[in-house]
Amino acid sequence: MTQFNWSLINFAWLPILPLIVVAVGAMGVLLAGVQVDDEDSGALGILTIALLVFAAVLSLLLFGGRPSVAFSGALAAGGYTAYFDLLVLFAAAMTALMSVEYAADQGLAGAEYYALLMFAALGMMLMAAGDDLIVIFLGLETMSIAIYALAGFMRHDPRSNEAALKYFLLGAFSTGFLLYGIAFIYGATGSIKLEPIEAALSRPATDNALLLAGVGLLLIGFGFKIAAVPFHMWAPDAYEGAPTPVTAFMAVGVKAAAFAAFVRIFMVHLGPLGPQWTMVLWVMAGLTMTVGNLAALVQTNIKRMLAYSAIAHAGYILVGMTAAAAPRAGGAILYYLLGYAFTNLGAFTVVVALERRGAIHDNLADYRGLAARHPFLAAAMALFMLSLAGVPPLAGFFGKFYIFSAALDAHLLWLTIIAVINSVISAYYYLSVLIAMYVREGGVEPAALRTRPALIATLVIAAAGTVAIGLFPQPYITSAAGAFVSALGNAPHHHVVLSR
Amino acid sequence: MLLTWFPILVTLAVAALVVGGMVTINRLTGPRRPSKIKGEEFECGNPPTGQAWGRFSVHFYLTALLFVVFDVEVIFLYPWAVELRHLGMFGLVEALIFIGILTVGLVYAWQRGALDWN
Amino acid sequence: MVPMSYFVGLSAVLFAIGVAGVLLRRNIIVIFMSIEIMLNAVNLAFVALGRRLGSMDGQVMVFFVMTVAAAEAAVGLAIIIAVFRNRETVNADQLNLMRW
Repeated sequence: MTQFNWSLINFAWLPILPLIVVAVGAMGVLLAGVQVDDEDSGALGILTIALLVFAAVLSLLLFGGRPSVAFSGALAAGGYTAYFDLLVLFAAAMTALMSVEYAADQGLAGAEYYALLMFAALGMMLMAAGDDLIVIFLGLETMSIAIYALAGFMRHDPRSNEAALKYFLLGAFSTGFLLYGIAFIYGATGSIKLEPIEAALSRPATDNALLLAGVGLLLIGFGFKIAAVPFHMWAPDAYEGAPTPVTAFMAVGVKAAAFAAFVRIFMVHLGPLGPQWTMVLWVMAGLTMTVGNLAALVQTNIKRMLAYSAIAHAGYILVGMTAAAAPRAGGAILYYLLGYAFTNLGAFTVVVALERRGAIHDNLADYRGLAARHPFLAAAMALFMLSLAGVPPLAGFFGKFYIFSAALDAHLLWLTIIAVINSVISAYYYLSVLIAMYVREGGVEPAALRTRPALIATLVIAAAGTVAIGLFPQPYITSAAGAFVSALGNAPHHHVVLSR
Repeated sequence: MLLTWFPILVTLAVAALVVGGMVTINRLTGPRRPSKIKGEEFECGNPPTGQAWGRFSVHFYLTALLFVVFDVEVIFLYPWAVELRHLGMFGLVEALIFIGILTVGLVYAWQRGALDWN
Repeated sequence: MVPMSYFVGLSAVLFAIGVAGVLLRRNIIVIFMSIEIMLNAVNLAFVALGRRLGSMDGQVMVFFVMTVAAAEAAVGLAIIIAVFRNRETVNADQLNLMRW
């Protein structure tokens, strides 16, 4: 019989310190918040933001660290994990910031709201760090279950109910596919950790049919999570019905986390199978961009329009993944997600600004003449729309530029042409928001901004980021590329230039 | 052969003795006042017969959910208990953290009044 | 000894039944039950493949799938109850406040 081992020395807790902060913080907010009145949940919001920022500072300290693995290969630490940690923590903090006045106005239960937000962020960080399919699955579910509850948070509002229900059913459905894919890959390669899976790919004994079936099911699962066509049906309803700050978090945080795991599994570890899966992604990317943009053209509800726009942007990122053979594709995707986060969070903040308890004001018609009444709000919205449309020198432009150049590096001429045509189409509906605000008249009178300092702060941060990342892209693209390379550094067997 | 199965025989005998003893003592010493309700099958307080489409109070739902969540999470403790010696202090601390997190959930449910029946 | 292909075949059939149930049925509760069938098909595949490979990872995964499914059921049923309270229906076709 083995002796009981009293030692705690081998416990490598440093790489998960940001995760611990968020987890303990979420539980603390949950317990402390029960005593707080719903009407003054603002203090909980500030506490949440402080905790998220603290976790972000810790992640920043880990950013430059040497790529390594923790928990016997279950978690990867290093630039890639830290990059996505910072991204999702930023998205969560911005969501909390734009919610401070919103939650008080709508009378949301603050303790649960902010705690769920942090639990979702925790799941996202786990997804970004997972080097093991169990951890990625656990992170995905921690995130998803929290987001289901958040989407239905206004439980007396039938639209919020419906959004939560559709998101939940389709989310659980896609989890089934993802898990079945994991099961097949496990059966074919004999492991559930990404590095041994990659090592098994080159073994002749590996069962190829089972493996490819697993990879296909995994693609379906991730297709649902990132709302890629034809697995996007849930997204417009879920985005439209969820409370607007939650929609923002879904569009930015969930997307970033899903791509963090998607890119790590496929571009970093399943690289040797690239010729097979890039074919599927080619079709998915083309469909996603086209359907997303065409459907966005006819929307009259701004949240629904932004939902289709989010689908289209997932399509652009998929172009980057299809270009996996190009060395700079990974960095381009990471940079794109960063610029997209600032821009989209900003756009949704403007939507939040127009909302008021009992009056949603999320139709395009409500934005008419906004420039005359609220020049600051209209100017901010214009900036975000132009960035989403890809107008230089904003963040959205360089994101597309880097992705399309990577696609050309990988000789994806036709896909790049489709993407460029789509960018042109998308300009139409983004500019129609500008026309409504600056040319048309009518619309609604939103509550005064003066009484909502947190909302103004959110807008200023988002706008500053959208401009800064576009005007000075170099440091950001460098760190994005560095972060992607550090993920490769975790994979000892990696072939840096993928064979095609 | 007999030696291998002997402990099981002893267990059976002890079980029969304890149960039989309890039933006998109850019969000899307990008061007996039968009534209609006492004569029905015991179904955790619910009427044992009725419409199949009867509606339940939503209280049952909340309690059942709490039970399911805490019940299922406990499956992690079985493999942990088997491997405790091998995992050592690390495993012990790990399991305490796990139970601590579950406790936080319980405390939250308690504070929110999910455990009050009325 | 039952051959491995039987287990994987059964799990594939169960999974297909679950998928068909999600796509064809209109009662939300039945859709949710179909999803649970899919997850149990996955569990069967994990256990069977883990046994063939002689590794514990498959079994461990099943534990996680089971607990996650329980948590998901808790949240999912709460959402379904909220929907029913506001709309008095559990038919997926009648939940169409938002279109296009």
